Amino acid sequence: MTLYDIVFYFFAVITVISGATVVMSKNIIYSAFSLLFTFFGVAGLYVLLNADFLAVTQLLIYVGGILVLLLFGVMLTNKVINVDMKTGVMQTWPGAIVCGMTTGALVVIFMATDWNIVREEVTMTSTTHTLGEMFMTSYLLPFEIASVVLLVALVGAAMIARKDTKSEA
Amino acid sequence: MNIGLSHYLVVSALLFGFGLFAVVTRRNAIMVLMGIELILNSSNINFIAFSRFNGMKMDGQAVAVFVIILAAAEAAIALAIVLNIYHRFNTVNIDEVSKLKE
Repeated sequence: MTLYDIVFYFFAVITVISGATVVMSKNIIYSAFSLLFTFFGVAGLYVLLNADFLAVTQLLIYVGGILVLLLFGVMLTNKVINVDMKTGVMQTWPGAIVCGMTTGALVVIFMATDWNIVREEVTMTSTTHTLGEMFMTSYLLPFEIASVVLLVALVGAAMIARKDTKSEA
Repeated sequence: MNIGLSHYLVVSALLFGFGLFAVVTRRNAIMVLMGIELILNSSNINFIAFSRFNGMKMDGQAVAVFVIILAAAEAAIALAIVLNIYHRFNTVNIDEVSKLKE
């Protein structure tokens, strides 16, 4: 067991256990907070995979943005005072069987496939410079489209979420 | 046994399974959104793991950035829709919201 292995198993266990808690917990607040640990664990895995820029992005966008947004959604759509935070489940066993079989099939395929791995030592360097160059050269069009998508999503979300003042007045 | 590609793939498969379970069985719309976030995260682990074990080619990481961007846009739009549904139907139970208008 090298240090790398220990750190990997640490983050993998954090990710999987908190991911399970997200799904199994009856209280939606608990789910939202264990989602925080899942995102942290995944960010740790990114660091182990030499993706430092993506790990920081994961923390900024998922933990700082999406999770806060989800918590706002939980707070605004559940009756916190009435302690009505339980989220119902339906058809747990058929769903569990189907999801378990899908996951099992995926794991078997992942283990059985002979992946074409390039076996060479990778030195840990900062990926930010390379990624920035890629976004300005070979990925320029997707990058611009992504910016337009974000703008449209911003306008659309504000448009959808605001109160319809005309009909109420 | 050294930590290789398949270790990361198994972690991502487990996350995918949990996310799928949340999407399929949960009634609360916000829980369904959390399941989708789990699925997107698992796909991102796959992208970055393949990029790392393919001689550190950076294309996987570039795609992962786009996945994060789309996840952010999706979360914003979906929560706006959920809030609107809550105002109109007074519930976020996706079983009860089966009509486009009242």
